[in-house]
Amino acid sequence: MSEETLLSVRDLRTYLDTPEGVVKAVDGVGFDVRAGRTLALVGESGSGKSMTALSIMQLLPEPAARIVEGSVKLDGRDLLDLTAKQMRELRGKRMGMIFQEPMTSLNPTFTVGYQLLEALKCHGGARRSGLGQEAVKLLQEVEIREPEAVLRKYPHELSGGMRQRVMIAIALANRPSLLIADEPTTALDVTIQAQILRLIKRLQGEHNMGVLLITHDLGVVNETADDVAVMYLGQIVEQGPVDAVLSAPAHPYTQALFASRASREHRGRVLPVIPGNVPGPHDWPPACRFHPRCPFRMDVCEKVTPEVSHLPDRTVRCHFVSPLEEEAKLEH
Amino acid sequence: MIGNLVATLLLVALGFAVRNALRTPLWAEAFRRMRRRPLVIGAGVILALFTTIAIADSYSWADGKNQPTKTVLDRVFERPQERTYSPPMAKLTTEASPKPLLATHILGTDGVGNDVFYRTLKGVRTAFLIGGLTTLTVLPIALLLGMLAGYLGRGVDDLIQYVYTVLDSIPGILLLIAMMMILGQGVPQLCIALGVTSWVGLCRLVRGETLKQRDREYVLAARALGLGAPRILMRHILPNLMPIVIISATLGFSRLVLAEAILSYLGVGVPEDVGSWGNMIEAARLELAREPVIWWNLVSASTALFLLVLALNIVGDALRDGIDPRLRSA
Repeated sequence: MSEETLLSVRDLRTYLDTPEGVVKAVDGVGFDVRAGRTLALVGESGSGKSMTALSIMQLLPEPAARIVEGSVKLDGRDLLDLTAKQMRELRGKRMGMIFQEPMTSLNPTFTVGYQLLEALKCHGGARRSGLGQEAVKLLQEVEIREPEAVLRKYPHELSGGMRQRVMIAIALANRPSLLIADEPTTALDVTIQAQILRLIKRLQGEHNMGVLLITHDLGVVNETADDVAVMYLGQIVEQGPVDAVLSAPAHPYTQALFASRASREHRGRVLPVIPGNVPGPHDWPPACRFHPRCPFRMDVCEKVTPEVSHLPDRTVRCHFVSPLEEEAKLEH
Repeated sequence: MIGNLVATLLLVALGFAVRNALRTPLWAEAFRRMRRRPLVIGAGVILALFTTIAIADSYSWADGKNQPTKTVLDRVFERPQERTYSPPMAKLTTEASPKPLLATHILGTDGVGNDVFYRTLKGVRTAFLIGGLTTLTVLPIALLLGMLAGYLGRGVDDLIQYVYTVLDSIPGILLLIAMMMILGQGVPQLCIALGVTSWVGLCRLVRGETLKQRDREYVLAARALGLGAPRILMRHILPNLMPIVIISATLGFSRLVLAEAILSYLGVGVPEDVGSWGNMIEAARLELAREPVIWWNLVSASTALFLLVLALNIVGDALRDGIDPRLRSA
């Protein structure tokens, strides 16, 4: 399987203009999504995950949000240099997106068939014959039984899981090479979640898609992702292969996040929590953004913004970890 | 002659619109559901009856040179004028009627001897013209401006909002009277005047609804699919506006019919020689002071007005229920 870099995001900064001031919703984020691989973007609500995804698609809520700087390269082409029209041609065709709420992301006034055909026609141009069969094939591909009957149904006649399957079918109608899934399973039952994730995984393998999976569920990350990037207040604090990061998280935030996950070890005991709350968008702490809640806080954490340290198997943004970078260099 | 042509064109256009609508699953389903409700069928029958009368009153021709043009309706109900008023079910006094069915004045005659039933039927076409033409011209303007304002926002929104806020800040009835003074009395003039004053409410409604729909996830999903703004507006947002637009347009239609009656009553509506319910009610006002009281004139016009408005509201309501998949009971 080819592992060429599909999407390359560098130093992306997306700011939100609000009446109370500018919010740096995405503040210098960078990552790569490779073909056939899944990168999970993990973080709490308000950490900027969705903003990152919308920045890539350039579907930010205007006029409040704007991309200030950075580069978003898809197949080597910087999307931020494209015109609105060029960008529109890429959406759906080269990169598809599915959303958290399958309830509302289908148009309630049209049948499933109509919306699937629209997606097929959207970039297909003139080839009209056989579209019906193609729609049936797409539904079969997302494991919907009796696709002909489902095509005639309205979204409200389907269950949540079915709707999400339809959304996936629509997003994949034009065979995009990049799929951005913004919390695709959050609104679904646990049993359905697993099915949908398996489905995405299978389709990814079949079409050698790169997947950017946005989630706050570490269980989902463990099951489906190859790489993981942990976000906190607009920045990626730790990034690396899932095996490495999950088995030995380096950043104190990642560690705290993992410790607060319900697991068998905690049976009968109080679940550990991260002290304090996620600060509101207007009172983010200076320097290291995690320092008020960090158990390993040092003086330097309150004064100097930590740089990204490159360790052998990951990158971490933390003063506590940065000496390790020197050690790693010495060993080489 | 031009009148006949226009009427035919309007009919053909209406026919095409209905045929095309019935071909789209959305509307076909809505109509199918409406057919199941007796009340809606009743209202539909009333509307069909009124429409037939309006059509019959729209086709006209002259019998020869220097002869007045008469519509189909005129020819059917052609009778000599009575000398004075007569109560409902009065026999014809002038002469033996050539047509046995027309031997009685079913609803009597008014103060100057005109047959009330005939006058009432003449009012149908005027009501349809005022309500229909005005709605037809207002709808595209309000939809277009409202959707543009809501979807594009910023400068476009500011401009459109500014225009309709200014218009809206002038008291409606005064603006109407002022416009009728400038334009002069007449049916088309009244349509224009009513159009200018009535698009604001619909436009504001459409703008608000568009704002709401724009932030729905299905619009984001459509954009993520690479659809352009025109297609998203026409294919995704417009159908979701339809329920609210339809109910508002039918209510607007009946409000326009009422407005015509009020303006004619005030003497700034349609000219007196054009049969209209407003004119009838205005004429009846004077006659109410007589002894014995002539009430059939007023009652006929008001009942006709009431029936049309009620039927429109019932059908509009049913259409709204039928078109919104979420309100459909399986």
